[in-house]
Amino acid sequence: MSERAKTILWTTLFVLGGAFLLGRALFSAQGVGREYVEGEVIVATPSDGGPTREWTQWRQASYGEFLRAQAADPDQQAFRLDLPRTIGLWIAAFLTLAIFSFLWGDNPVYKLAEAIFVGVSAAYWMVVAFWSVIVPNLIGSLLPGLVRAWAVPGLSEETEPKLIFLVPLVLGILLLWRLAPKGGWIASWPLAFFIGVFAGLRLVQFFHADLLNQVASGIMPLVAFDEAGAFAAGATLQHVISVVGVLCCLTYFFFSVEHRGAVGAASRVGIWVLMITFGAMFGYTVMGRIALLVARLEFLLIDWLWLIDPAGSRSI
Amino acid sequence: MLRFLQTLDRRWIFLLMLLAVGVPIVLQLRFPESITPNTLAAFAEIEKLEPGSRVLLSFDFDPASAGEIAPMATSFTYHAAKRGARLYFMALLPVGPQMAEDTIAKVIARDFPEMRYGVDFVNLGYKSGLEAVIKVIATDLRQMFTTDARGAGIESIPMMAGVRSVQDMDLVVSVSAGYPGVKEWVQYAKTPFPDRISMIAGVTGVQAPPLLPYVPVQLPGLVAAIKGAAEYEALLADAYGLQAEPRYQEGRRRMGSQLVGHVLMILLIITGNVVYFLTRRQERQREARR
Amino acid sequence: MRRTIPLFITTAAGVVLVVAYFVPWMSALGETVSTWFNILAAIAFILGGGNLMKMNLRKISDRVPGWGYSVVTLVAFVVTLAVGLAKVGVNPLPEYPSYAWSGEFNEQGSAFWWIYEYTWKPLTATMFAMLAFYVASAAFRAFRAKNIEATLLLGTAFLILLGRTYAGVWLTSWLPEDSPLRIELLSEFVMETFTTTGTRAIMIGVALGVVATSLRILLGVDRSHLGSGRN
Repeated sequence: MSERAKTILWTTLFVLGGAFLLGRALFSAQGVGREYVEGEVIVATPSDGGPTREWTQWRQASYGEFLRAQAADPDQQAFRLDLPRTIGLWIAAFLTLAIFSFLWGDNPVYKLAEAIFVGVSAAYWMVVAFWSVIVPNLIGSLLPGLVRAWAVPGLSEETEPKLIFLVPLVLGILLLWRLAPKGGWIASWPLAFFIGVFAGLRLVQFFHADLLNQVASGIMPLVAFDEAGAFAAGATLQHVISVVGVLCCLTYFFFSVEHRGAVGAASRVGIWVLMITFGAMFGYTVMGRIALLVARLEFLLIDWLWLIDPAGSRSI
Repeated sequence: MLRFLQTLDRRWIFLLMLLAVGVPIVLQLRFPESITPNTLAAFAEIEKLEPGSRVLLSFDFDPASAGEIAPMATSFTYHAAKRGARLYFMALLPVGPQMAEDTIAKVIARDFPEMRYGVDFVNLGYKSGLEAVIKVIATDLRQMFTTDARGAGIESIPMMAGVRSVQDMDLVVSVSAGYPGVKEWVQYAKTPFPDRISMIAGVTGVQAPPLLPYVPVQLPGLVAAIKGAAEYEALLADAYGLQAEPRYQEGRRRMGSQLVGHVLMILLIITGNVVYFLTRRQERQREARR
Repeated sequence: MRRTIPLFITTAAGVVLVVAYFVPWMSALGETVSTWFNILAAIAFILGGGNLMKMNLRKISDRVPGWGYSVVTLVAFVVTLAVGLAKVGVNPLPEYPSYAWSGEFNEQGSAFWWIYEYTWKPLTATMFAMLAFYVASAAFRAFRAKNIEATLLLGTAFLILLGRTYAGVWLTSWLPEDSPLRIELLSEFVMETFTTTGTRAIMIGVALGVVATSLRILLGVDRSHLGSGRN
C-alpha cells in the first residue's frame, strides 16, 4: 500500500472513530465511559486518645448504582461522577489502542505506550517490594521499633530486633553494588547465594515431586478391572498407552544409544506421543490467547464505549 | 484466488480474528457447557468444606492473564464463602494482592457483607522469593507474613489464631498464571505434606497440559483455562441458583467468542495447508514442464 | 577470593537446604536461609529499577536514536516510584489515624493505584492480548501437515479446539451420549491418556536435568554462573 493510501486510510479511520464516539456521547441515552464512585465517611479515633480524624473513602461504583441512588434521592451525595478516574479510563482506552496499533505496524504511539509500560513496570515492582517485604520483613526485623512508629503500627509489640537479618541486608547492599561504577564483581556473592538456594531447593523438590512421584504415578496395571471385577477395556487401553507411551518418550530422550532397530521404533512411537501432546498444548495455548483478547475487547466495548451491558451494571 | 492467498497481508488475518472475537461479544452469544471430570473434582473439594474451615487462596496471577483466570478466582471465592469458610488471600506475584482486592470487592463486599475483615477473610498480601516463599510458609507462615497487606500485625488478626503454617489450612487453592504458581505449590507444599495439605488449582490454558501428570494424586482438582472457568460457573449456577447473576457468568459469556475464534483458527490452518499444497503442486508441474 | 567465596556461598546455601529437608532439627535453619533469599529477591527489584535508570540515562546522554522514549520511560519510572514510596493520596488505616504512613500503599483512589489501574493494567493486559493475532497469523502461514508427526499435531489441535467448545458437542450430537467418538469425550480421552503420558515423560526428563544441574552447581563442577570473575 502506498504512503498516500495509508494516510487516507488512517485519517478516515480516525475521523470515523471520532465521529462515532462523539455521536454516542451526545446522542445515546447513556453516553460513553465514565467512572462513578461511592463515598464512605470514615471517623477514626486513635486508641491512645488523640484527636478524632475524619475522611471520605471513595470506592468504585457502577453507573447503575449511581442511577438507583439518584432515583431514590436526587440530592444524594454518596454516589458521584469521578473526574480523575474518568480521565484514567480514557487514558487506559488510549493506551490499549496504542498497543493494538502495532498490528498495523511499528509507530511512535506504540513506542510511547511501550516506554511508559517499561518505566511504570519497574517502579511498580520496586514499590511493591519496598512496602510488602523490605519494610515489614527486613527493616521490621532489624528495627521493629522504628517500623512500628512509622509505617506499620500494627507490628507485634513482642518483635525484638533480630540481628541475623543483617545477613540479607549485607547481601542486598553487595547486590546493589553492581550499580556502582567500580567493584561490581562483589555482586557475585549475593548472586552465588541466589544460585545456591535455587539449586538446593530444586534438587530436592524436583527429585521428590517430579521424578519419584511421577514414576510412581506412571506405574499402573496393564490389565484393568472395574469395581465389580469385570474386565474394563477402556481403562486397560488407557493404562497400556500411558505405560508404553512414557517408556517410548523416555527412549526418545535417551541419546546415549543410537536410535535404530527396536530402540528406533520405540523412539518413533515416543515422537508420535509427544506430537499429540504438543498438539493439545497448542490447542490450549490458542484458547488462552483468545481469552485474553476477549477480555481486552470487552474492556473497550463494555467499560469504555458502553456499547453493551451484559452484566447489567448500567441499568436501574 | 490462490495468488491472493499466497501474498495475503497478515493484517487481513488480524482483522478476521478481531471480528471473530468482537462480534460474538456484541451479539452476546452463549452456549451450554459440558463438564469435565477435573473441574467436577475441584468443585467437589470446595463443596465438602465445613463452615469455619480455613481456605488459603493464593492469587498468583496478574492483569495480563486476568481475562482467563479472574472468572475462576471469582467462582472459587464465591463458592468457598458460600460454604462458610474463612478465606486467607495471598500472592506470589507483586500484583496478586490487587487481584485479591478486586475479587473481594466483587464477591465479598457485594454478596457477603456479613463477612468481617480479619475474622472471616484476610488479605495477607505479596511476598517476594518465588517458590522459596512456599518453602517457608509450608512450615512457618509467620516467618514471612508478619503483617497482612494493610500492615496490621499478624497477631492482632483474630482469624490467624491457631494458624502456624499452610498445613493448618483445610484447603489450598492456587489460582495461577505461570511461575511461580501451581507447579511450585505442588512441589513445595502438597508433595512434602501429602496428608496434611489438600489442594486444588485454577490455571491458564498454557499451563494446563503440563500439570496433568499431577492429577489426581498430587493435585486432586484442576480447573483449566477459560473453558474450565465456564464449567465451574455452570456448576456453581446450578448448585446455588446463580443463573440470573451476570457477575458469576463471565467465563461462560467469553465462551461465545472462544467458539468462533477456535473455528477461525481451524479454518486458517486448513486454508494455509490448501494454499501450501496447491503451491507445491504448481511448482512441481512447472518443474515437470521444464 | 572472587571465585572461591562465591563457590563456598553457593555450596553452603544449597547444602543447608538439602540437609534441612531430611533432618527435622535443621529445618528451622532451612527456613531462615529461605527467608534471607526472599528478602534478597525484594532487593533485586531495586537493582532492576536502578539498572533501568542507568541504562536509560546513558541512552539520553549519548543521544542514541529514539532517546526521547528513554525520557518517557524515566519520567514514568520516577513518577510511579515517587507516588508509590511517598504514599500520595493514601489515607491512614482507620485503626491508626494518627499514623500518617500507616495506610495501604495501593489503596483504591491513591495516585499509585490510579497509575496501576489506568496505565499499567491496560498496557500489560493488551500486550498479552496481542498474541491472539500473532498465533492466528502463524496458524495460516506456518502449520503445515507435511509429515505424519505434523499431521498428528494438527489433528490433536483440531480435536482440542473443537472439543473444548460447544462446536465439538454440536458436531457429534447425533452420536449416543456416551459414545467415545463424540468430540468432547474424544478430546477428554486424548488429554487424559496421550497428553498426560507425553507431559509425564517430559516432566521426568526435566526433573532428571534439573537434579543433575543442581548437583553439578552444588558440587562446584558447574561454575558458569560465577562468570569470569572480572568486573
